[in-house]
Amino acid sequence: MKNENLYNYILGIADNSLILGQRLGELTGHGPSLETDIACTNISLDLFGQVRSYFQYAAKIAGDERTEDDIAMLRKEREYKNVLLVEQPNTNFAYTLGRQFLFDVYHLAFLKELQKSADLTLSAIANKCIKEVSYHERFSSDWVKRLGDGTEESRAKMQEAINDLWTYTDELFHQTEADKTMVAEGIGVDVTKLKEAYYKNVSDLLLESTLEVPESKYFQKGGKQGIHTEHLGYLLSDLQYMQRTYPNMEW
Amino acid sequence: MTTTEQNIDQILIPILEKVSDPEIPVLSIMDMGVVRSAVIENNIVKVEITPTYSGCPAMDVIGDDIKVALKKAGYESKIDLILHPAWTTDWITPRGRKALEDYGIAAPLNAEADKDVLLNGKRLVKCTNCGSTNTRLVSQFGSTACKAQFQCDDCQEPFDYFKCLK
Ligand SMILES: [Zn+2]
Repeated sequence: MKNENLYNYILGIADNSLILGQRLGELTGHGPSLETDIACTNISLDLFGQVRSYFQYAAKIAGDERTEDDIAMLRKEREYKNVLLVEQPNTNFAYTLGRQFLFDVYHLAFLKELQKSADLTLSAIANKCIKEVSYHERFSSDWVKRLGDGTEESRAKMQEAINDLWTYTDELFHQTEADKTMVAEGIGVDVTKLKEAYYKNVSDLLLESTLEVPESKYFQKGGKQGIHTEHLGYLLSDLQYMQRTYPNMEW
Repeated sequence: MTTTEQNIDQILIPILEKVSDPEIPVLSIMDMGVVRSAVIENNIVKVEITPTYSGCPAMDVIGDDIKVALKKAGYESKIDLILHPAWTTDWITPRGRKALEDYGIAAPLNAEADKDVLLNGKRLVKCTNCGSTNTRLVSQFGSTACKAQFQCDDCQEPFDYFKCLK
């Protein structure tokens, strides 16, 4: 492949949306209320739509037989580059929305920078996605506030979710080798520069929600290198089942 | 309204106006603003459409419907999906806004008012049934990602609001 760094860079971005989209999709028919069920699955649909734009572009760069579906469905666990945060399970509604909030704040800041990419396709995708992700971020922030500043029980659950998920936030700002090359070429986003504003924005909203900002400095990493938590394997077996069982099947 | 980038051959307009949005059948795809260009080159119509939302499942159907409509009019066609410039609700024509409202979907407010109704609980969206603005947000996401759910506190009608996308 001529431009392997760009290919890997795109996968690194798209896999976050793919895996989070799949997680949210699991709530179809299982959300705590009809409205939140529909909201989570609509966000999932947005993310899958974004993934298609990225993977179609990646397939074009690969320039071989592979299609967007192959990239989405036929890789092995170690080949997925998503951050650990997005593969964490829907333990309860507070976890689902806490995970969403911690990702959305990052996602929005990331897309703002990606809009300036020297790669015109990536910049166009970012420009399209950012409008949708603004709504995601409003939705998840709103729920963190409602649950945080809600009843004693909702507050305790939201706090627990934030405390548990906090350990996966630092990885968002780690640079991979593909990242560094792409940043040098003016194509990629320097995620290390997003960190300070991220923790400030997240902390401000947590405090506004009467929640405590976790103080733990112990962080998990590995997703970007393909080393995942045990949860991803189960998610992928669900995601890939149809393609693995009936190869090349189409809807 | 930013429709200046549109490049549509005059003789194709009546054909394309007959293709409707599969999710909102009263609305023509032309009034929706998703057709960005349509030109005849060597007897083939090249059409560029842009999605309203990335995951909009209607796009594949719209592409197929355009092909069928053009075929009926005697044209072969090639449909391309483009992402830039990104679709905005500003591209919905006045006729499109009216069609939405007649269908029971409140048309998008401007960006600031949109934020006020979705985040700050302001009552500005006009009920599609009785016209009252005594309406409240039920959920930020409605039957599709592009809409939010509202309810009128005067006539109790539940309805969708097409969110502003800029
Ligand atoms: Zn009413």
